[in-house]
Amino acid sequence: MDIQVRVWRQSSSEDDGRMVTYDVTDISPDASFLEMLDVLNEKLILDGDDPVAFDHDCREGICGMCSMVIDGVAHGPERATTTCQLHMRHFKDGDVIDVEPWRAAAFPVIKDLVVDRSAFDKIIQAGGYITAPTGAAPEAHATPVPKKDADLAFEAATCIGCGACVAACPNGSAMLFTAAKVAHLGLMPQGQPERDSRVIDMLQAQDDAGFGGCTNAGECTTVCPKGIPLTLIGRLNSDYRKALRNR
Amino acid sequence: MSEYWNEGDPIADTAAPDGPIETRWERRKFSAKLVNPANRRKLTVIVVGTGLAGGSAAATLAEAGYHVKSYCYQDSPRRAHSIAAQGGINAAKNYRNDGDSVYRLFYDTVKGGDFRARESNVYRLASVSVNIIDQCVAQGVPFAREYGGLLDNRSFGGTQVSRTFYARGQTGQQLLLGAYQAMERQIGLGNIEMNARHEMLELIVVDGKARGIVVRDMVTGEITTEMADAVVLASGGYGNVFFLSTNAKGCNVTASWRAHRKGALFGNPCYTQIHPTCIPESGTHQSKLTLMSESLRNDGRVWVPTARGDSRKPGDIPEDERDYYLERIYPSFGNLVPRDIASRAAKNVCDEGRGVGPGGLGVYLDFADAIRRLGKKAVEAKYGNLFEMYQRITGEDPYRTPMRIYPAVHYTMGGLWVDYDLQSTIPGLFVVGEANFSDHGANRLGASALMQGLGDGYFVLPTTLGNYLAAGPFEKIAEDHEDVVEARKSVEKRISRLLAVDGDRTVDSFHRELGHIMWEYCGMERTEEGLTKAIGLIRSLREEFWQRVKVPGTGEQLNQNLEKAGRVADFFELAELMCIDALHRRESCGGHFRAESQSEDGEALRHDDEFSYVAAWEYATEGGKPTLHKEQLEFEYVHPSTRSYK
Repeated sequence: MDIQVRVWRQSSSEDDGRMVTYDVTDISPDASFLEMLDVLNEKLILDGDDPVAFDHDCREGICGMCSMVIDGVAHGPERATTTCQLHMRHFKDGDVIDVEPWRAAAFPVIKDLVVDRSAFDKIIQAGGYITAPTGAAPEAHATPVPKKDADLAFEAATCIGCGACVAACPNGSAMLFTAAKVAHLGLMPQGQPERDSRVIDMLQAQDDAGFGGCTNAGECTTVCPKGIPLTLIGRLNSDYRKALRNR
Repeated sequence: MSEYWNEGDPIADTAAPDGPIETRWERRKFSAKLVNPANRRKLTVIVVGTGLAGGSAAATLAEAGYHVKSYCYQDSPRRAHSIAAQGGINAAKNYRNDGDSVYRLFYDTVKGGDFRARESNVYRLASVSVNIIDQCVAQGVPFAREYGGLLDNRSFGGTQVSRTFYARGQTGQQLLLGAYQAMERQIGLGNIEMNARHEMLELIVVDGKARGIVVRDMVTGEITTEMADAVVLASGGYGNVFFLSTNAKGCNVTASWRAHRKGALFGNPCYTQIHPTCIPESGTHQSKLTLMSESLRNDGRVWVPTARGDSRKPGDIPEDERDYYLERIYPSFGNLVPRDIASRAAKNVCDEGRGVGPGGLGVYLDFADAIRRLGKKAVEAKYGNLFEMYQRITGEDPYRTPMRIYPAVHYTMGGLWVDYDLQSTIPGLFVVGEANFSDHGANRLGASALMQGLGDGYFVLPTTLGNYLAAGPFEKIAEDHEDVVEARKSVEKRISRLLAVDGDRTVDSFHRELGHIMWEYCGMERTEEGLTKAIGLIRSLREEFWQRVKVPGTGEQLNQNLEKAGRVADFFELAELMCIDALHRRESCGGHFRAESQSEDGEALRHDDEFSYVAAWEYATEGGKPTLHKEQLEFEYVHPSTRSYK
């Protein structure tokens, strides 16, 4: 199939950036979206142009590195899919496809489609862990965990930290990301001792990193490649209120 | 003497205690020198890589009080490729009461590795396996549980017990996030200095000791020298030498290869694991291959049509015209034979013309029986995310039609040679996880990579590294020391050289071609003739690379093609060593199958009298002959036998 892509080109964080149109021809419908960009880049290199910079690594939807807004939607038109797992069979011959980076105050553009997401690590540093230094652990079966809680915690823990939620949010909020970690650890018995301080400190870190506030727009969960549910934000708010009362 | 290599003195692992195997690690821990907690903060340790091995090592060393500097090429330590491990992690907990024990895990691993691993290392791995599960549970890793709230287990290839702990099909992700979160806590406390988007391009050796690394900031292009009292490489495997593999696109051998060039021996480079259950290639655009977890073989049945060239749809092929060949050839292990055996069996049926799908390069993995027996819901609960992933990539629904799978390069058992302390032949350079060669012999069992990565990082390295550091802090090395300046200059020169070629072929086109050569001649089946041919092809392609490669842009910016070019240049050198190692080992063992050495019924045939050793290779000069050092393997407990899974 033959398509056109309009790609955001920005040589560095200082550059203003602009959309540039390229023709990409003879693409297999079985190719992934990133493989389509590989083909474009091979051509750009041989033509003496600068290839499009984009983040990617595992290309199997788990590392969270790939990050593109495709036709205005973070990770593109397919639900519950990362960019690397989006295949060209979902597009039509002759389509014109817009490709842009995540856009959020807390994720500055580094080059083209590559953004700086280190603000996410700062939120985890503030409390997204259970303090359990190596060697101090009790026998694994000492604390049974109800299957229901373990399963829910797992669902929350599947967040890949890609940042699509932030890119889709009209406020550039990281609430779904933070809520997923707060829920994962808060559902496990091992996570109880730090439950209050965790939610307070992570929310503070989120504000400090320049993310916007949550207004329950729900765009985050719509684009989340792992389908992290919006209800976790309600859970976070409830935890936060309790934590403030306990303080 | 050979045209391709020289033979040097034998090498021995002098760090492992002898005596009863059950207490060797205890005795090593007791004999290891300790570092006073007050002195630890004066000691700096560099850790390259943030996967299960590097992440767990960095967190644990920082918790112990050392000053840690950590580096990864991704934008966050959470993204290292350990995250993609699907199926699970082994541990000898015997929670199933099915006869498991540390000794059985040790036995299974030595046997699974086709008697080419060190007994001492493997026994230690099996014994720390139980602590790993405890540690991960304490961190809040949401393992699968049963209704009573206790941990669930499943079976993996090459074993007859159920000892694999898992978190649906995302075990690697959950374990890595545990290590990552422990690391982030230490970063927040100021004990780890994290450098994401930084790539190690050279090792700095001063007075025979590893004292630092040269890194490139991948955003600004700035080259800096980073000094420390010891260096830990946790930089993963080298499967991407094949271009197409299940590795992440960024996985590379550069950190290990640079250390090898500086004097670290490289162990068993030809031992490559070709995983039997991956999604087949779909076209020339293919940039990587995706694994379907081995755990699927618990319930999926592997088959091909009995007749050659049968092009009917799978549903139209009646039961008596299907060949469930693994169940037929290996009745006692059935679909759960080890990976090397399952891969070669798939290749054999495809070579016979009974493969399915485009080009006949595929076999079916069928869940119809499991769905009938357990119900769709139960199958979905176990494998839902894998089925979804398969459908997303292929556009086919595995609940209705069998999956098509084919083997792909997945893991490399070879790596930098280390002793029992995980120290390489360069003092102060330690190597953990997939980057070392130590525990899996010639074939790794499923769910053992996660075990080894975390075992090394949480429990082994922190003890053995302390023993080395007890002699420190070492003399401070100035940035203008001649060895530091030389290392830095060599990196700058190499980058300039890559940019200066300005030819007419892309880096990827060279990498793809190198991959084809390796897959064809150093893949699932190797012959003397093929390997000799491959060495010639690699040499001429490498020469062409340095004359025709085109790397756009400059070194002073984010330049993904420059990064790739440096990695591919190192893959060329590694590829040649892999072929030489495969050529010299005139036996079949585990993932290394030499067509000249097989039994009457086509199984791998070892030659223990001649090849029961680790091949540790010393780098010569560019284009020179490498030198082979043999480490003889002693088997006091598990006596080498013909591996049989029938």
